[in-house]
Amino acid sequence: MALDSAGLTIDDIDAVVFGSAPDAFDGIHMKGENVLDGCGGVGKPYVRVFTGGGTGVFSPIAGYWHVASGMFDTVLVVNEEKMSSCQPHPQSVFGHIWDPILDRPLRPNLVWIFAMEMNRYMTVHNVRYEDVAAVAVKNKRNAVAHPCAQLADPNITVEDVMNSELMVWPVRRLDISPPSDGASALVIASEDVVRKRKVESPVWFAGVGWNIDSTMWTDRDLVFPEYLANAAKMAYKQARIDDPRKQIDFAEPYDPFDYKELHHMEGLLLCEKGEAPRLTREGVTQRDGDLPTCPSGGLLGVGNPIAATMGIKVGELYWQLSGQAGQRQIPHEVRTGVTNAWGDLMQFSSVVVMRS
Amino acid sequence: MYEAARRAYEDAGVNPRTDVGSFITCAEDYWEGFGIFDEFTPDQIGAVLRPACTVTGDGIHGLAQGVMQIQSGLAEVVAVEAHSKISDLLTYPGVVQHAFDPIWNKPLGGHPYYVAGLEMASYLEAAGLAERDCAAVVAKNRRNALTNPRAAHGAKLDVEDVLASPPISTPLKELDVAPLADTAVVLVLAAEARARKLASRPVWIRGIGWSSDSPALETRSWAVAKYAEDAAKMAHRLAKVRVPSKEIDVAEVDDKFSYKEPQHLEALGLSKKGSTAKGIRGGRFDLGGDLPVNASGGSLGCGNVIEASGLHRVAEIALQLRGEAGRNQVDAARTGLAASWRGIPTATGAVAVLGVGR
Repeated sequence: MALDSAGLTIDDIDAVVFGSAPDAFDGIHMKGENVLDGCGGVGKPYVRVFTGGGTGVFSPIAGYWHVASGMFDTVLVVNEEKMSSCQPHPQSVFGHIWDPILDRPLRPNLVWIFAMEMNRYMTVHNVRYEDVAAVAVKNKRNAVAHPCAQLADPNITVEDVMNSELMVWPVRRLDISPPSDGASALVIASEDVVRKRKVESPVWFAGVGWNIDSTMWTDRDLVFPEYLANAAKMAYKQARIDDPRKQIDFAEPYDPFDYKELHHMEGLLLCEKGEAPRLTREGVTQRDGDLPTCPSGGLLGVGNPIAATMGIKVGELYWQLSGQAGQRQIPHEVRTGVTNAWGDLMQFSSVVVMRS
Repeated sequence: MYEAARRAYEDAGVNPRTDVGSFITCAEDYWEGFGIFDEFTPDQIGAVLRPACTVTGDGIHGLAQGVMQIQSGLAEVVAVEAHSKISDLLTYPGVVQHAFDPIWNKPLGGHPYYVAGLEMASYLEAAGLAERDCAAVVAKNRRNALTNPRAAHGAKLDVEDVLASPPISTPLKELDVAPLADTAVVLVLAAEARARKLASRPVWIRGIGWSSDSPALETRSWAVAKYAEDAAKMAHRLAKVRVPSKEIDVAEVDDKFSYKEPQHLEALGLSKKGSTAKGIRGGRFDLGGDLPVNASGGSLGCGNVIEASGLHRVAEIALQLRGEAGRNQVDAARTGLAASWRGIPTATGAVAVLGVGR
């Protein structure tokens, strides 16, 4: 699909970048090697990059540096995740991501630690649960027009979220994105190729950034994602953005949980700390608001095939900025968008800023 | 990781918390026994709250990403880390087996090194080499390792010792196989202008390349290391090396199995197909020969350090080019080449061409 949409064939591609989250999902060691045939990597420079859940917005950054370095003219970025082969539930794979001495004996899972982060965020900023749930409602409604949507619901209400099953307090079932299977691909080309081939409405990488915090998540204040602010500053500097709130038209913050959209809006410096719930309540982040967030429907509405969320995040920036988002199109003109992904032990973020 | 990083930063004269713009670790989850090993990298190498990522590839793949980050202006100084803690792994053959195609190949069972046995047979027949020539490679590399303080498996062996070692998968014998070892390697890369200002004497990366043949055992090339050919073509093109066998003064090429050294030398353009046996018998690749290969001792002599193999060998070439290779120093080495292979069951490799002077 990506090659077709770019009017290219695999023979036109100079190098391939692959992204995927833990090998244990597929139960194959060196899974990058195993899938390189399917990615079109045979006989080409091919590499897999891996930053946990942050991979969805990180492999496109790696694709970007392949081209920006002048080393290659055309790069195909392919991301995949297949979580359904993990039975009974892919959460079991996350049993192996913890420090084997300090964390593992406590038998933590991801919902458990994200509940701690959500609670910390809500407590410090005095956030009402309804304002967090409103993110899930917005995104699941936005997802209605997305062809890959797994949990789109045009009629969902805040009450539905508040009444859904309690997983780990304060997290309820509808606060969480579902496990998903998926794959996405992206073609990145040099300015020369874009001009020579007369590509209509190309979308440009304006800035990229990434950042990691310490492994010791227990030593950090989880209320604010400092690593994301650092990654955003790196990307904004490259994109010559000094006032993100004014210069960014819409955002696709990573939303595996509803509170994460709020957390990430603040980390992306799109609002003050603790201000994101109010913007959500006031409708600023709706598709027709001043700062639309997750017009794609996000992970909450479309699904969470970890690395393959590149298609939801970077993909949506491309479709919105090139005017191809169809029914999801933001009604007013948008020229600059930002997205991020989040991964490892609540410690890593990758950020991409794109312009039409 | 900490120790290697500390030494590298000291040698380069950089402070990781202020000077290094990007950190790259080369690791695979199953080697580490973790899901998402990327989580466990920042603290040891000074990357906390800095740009850092994992490349699930050999160290030279990581090096290539660092080169591109610098060339694209994303970072001025990059630290590349690779390591092996393979001694923690109690089920090494099982983990390697786990990388095989789960439907076609894994169910066949057996020790995964049968693939090396089959490949060795195929290569020896196609290239006109004898098992004795591979044994000579083992003797050379383990001898070279005796005088390398970083080598774990130096030994005084002769060809007959290797030939007499127990079979693993005929014609592959026990001493044809590089024993496993632990290590950590950190290299600091810098943009040209910055490198000239740093304390250390810089070695330049003239060219870099990486490539993969098919992962399918059934359809890939067996006699020829196609991935190494393609990776070398790219690296030589960027380095403007036209006749590698004449322009390269010293080479470190993957030798996780003895036959891999001659197979790689041919693919890299360092030995003409058909003349490799003669080269081995005439001592062309010995320390003191026309083109010293694996003067460090290679994987056979230093140990197979898994994903760190390529980065370790780049470091050995850097030491050679800086004239700091001690008793294994090759005279007047100004251009060197390091080539890696990711091991069984992959057909993936990377090549770096390095140089000093103008």
